[in-house]
Amino acid sequence: MAVLQINHLRKSFGSNLVLDDISMSVEKGEVVGILGPSGSGKSTLLRCATMLETMDSGDLIYSGEYVCKNDGNGKTVYADKAQLKKIRSMFGLVFQNFNLFPHYSVLKNIIDAPISVQKRSKEEAVEEARQLLKKMGLADKEDYYPYQLSGGQQQRVSIARALALNPQMLFFDEPTSALDPELTGDILKVIRDLAAEHMTMAIVTHEIDFARNVADKIIFMADGLIVEEGTPDRVIDNPRNERTRSFLAKMER
Amino acid sequence: MSIGTMLLQLGEGMLTTFSIFALTLIFSLPLGLAVAFGRMSKYKVVQAIMKVYISIMRGTPLMLQLLVVYFGPYYAFGMALSSEYRFIAVIIGFALNYAAYFAEIYRAGIESMPVGQYEAAHVLGYTRSQTFCKIILPQVIKRILPPVTNEVITLVKDTSLAFVIAVSEMFTVAKAIAAAERNILVLGIAGLFYYIFNFIVAFAMERIEKRLNYYR
Ligand SMILES: Nc1ncnc2c1ncn2[C@@H]1O[C@H](COP(=O)(O)OP(=O)(O)OP(=O)(O)O)[C@@H](O)[C@H]1O
Ligand SMILES: [Mg+2]
Repeated sequence: MAVLQINHLRKSFGSNLVLDDISMSVEKGEVVGILGPSGSGKSTLLRCATMLETMDSGDLIYSGEYVCKNDGNGKTVYADKAQLKKIRSMFGLVFQNFNLFPHYSVLKNIIDAPISVQKRSKEEAVEEARQLLKKMGLADKEDYYPYQLSGGQQQRVSIARALALNPQMLFFDEPTSALDPELTGDILKVIRDLAAEHMTMAIVTHEIDFARNVADKIIFMADGLIVEEGTPDRVIDNPRNERTRSFLAKMER
Repeated sequence: MSIGTMLLQLGEGMLTTFSIFALTLIFSLPLGLAVAFGRMSKYKVVQAIMKVYISIMRGTPLMLQLLVVYFGPYYAFGMALSSEYRFIAVIIGFALNYAAYFAEIYRAGIESMPVGQYEAAHVLGYTRSQTFCKIILPQVIKRILPPVTNEVITLVKDTSLAFVIAVSEMFTVAKAIAAAERNILVLGIAGLFYYIFNFIVAFAMERIEKRLNYYR
């Protein structure tokens, strides 16, 4: 069963149709790279999948559990609050600009949701947070505040914060775009390590080489449509669609 | 009048002034938050009512508002005005007025919070009230401390307006003594009192600001 299944997703902002009949699925352990020009709807797709935006129509399903489904009249109906709360703990989202809580220390940023949302014990949460920080190469930073960290370190904390809730799947929206070029490598390595551990992920990125490297499947979007989908070899190295070709050509330059 | 009685009377006035100050803050700080929520409510009617309320409170003299609160019940319902009601009216008038100012400060603070903070909390599964209490409010408090300090300092000086309904706070007492004794010095003492009061307020607020400086 797919960890994430989206069927016929449509989303407009006013009269602007931003996502037009998007269907996609992400299998357990799969890494999906989402590419496409600016304004093609990549962020909106992630925001719909993570319930930051509501879908106009279509189904959203995590491991067989419905977030929303079409009611037959082309409108989508969301599940009740309890169901949504349950599903929300199945995924994590890493933002382009981290969105750490500035008034919390690094450790508190990571343990607060497990404790106050998942009602886990503090000892357990702290122990797991320390393991995650070690994995992120930030073992000595737990008492720091976000403003005392570099962008790359902040982004690793935000990845740890997402992982601390033990999600089945992680979404990344351009996780390196807000970083200085010399810091992107750290984040890409962390994501590669997660991929090696078979973490299920969907990653919006402009780093073509990274996408080719880490993704099992590439989705290429343009104007709210998925115009091409397949292995990196298929989509990046042998694109068939004209839009994909011109986009990749521009990125190469 | 001996110096002793004079100081005793001034002392009582100071106590009244301090009570007006403290009670006004105790009521207006939380009330202001409620007004701010109303002002940002998704219900247009509530929004409009709060907007009108704030604009009246800010657009008319506090002195006039105190008179309305004090004499209002008498003119509207023919209720007898007890002398205890004087003080209560002062507190009601001040609390309603300052709540409006605090509400606008809270609202500006809350609206200045980046939407990413809400979104991060939402995705992490925080409830709306958890998000507000744990993530938003602490950061808002830090942001609004300077304008709140300004209001609190203004409040110290505004307490003297209670004289319009003959509540004998510090300034009323000082003026009465100055007139009766033909002694201007007592007004100087009153001035010094307000100055020291505000000095302490500013010092305390600065301490709080420093305490919140552990993050940016
Ligand atoms: N909240 C919103 N209100 C109105 N329009 C929006 C909103 N969010 C996005 N849009 C519009 O939706 C379209 C897709 O935006 P989106 O952010 O999903 O693109 P993107 O593929 O992520 O682009 P980029 O690579 O620049 O991040 C754009 O035309 C954008 O203007
Ligand atoms: Mg985007």
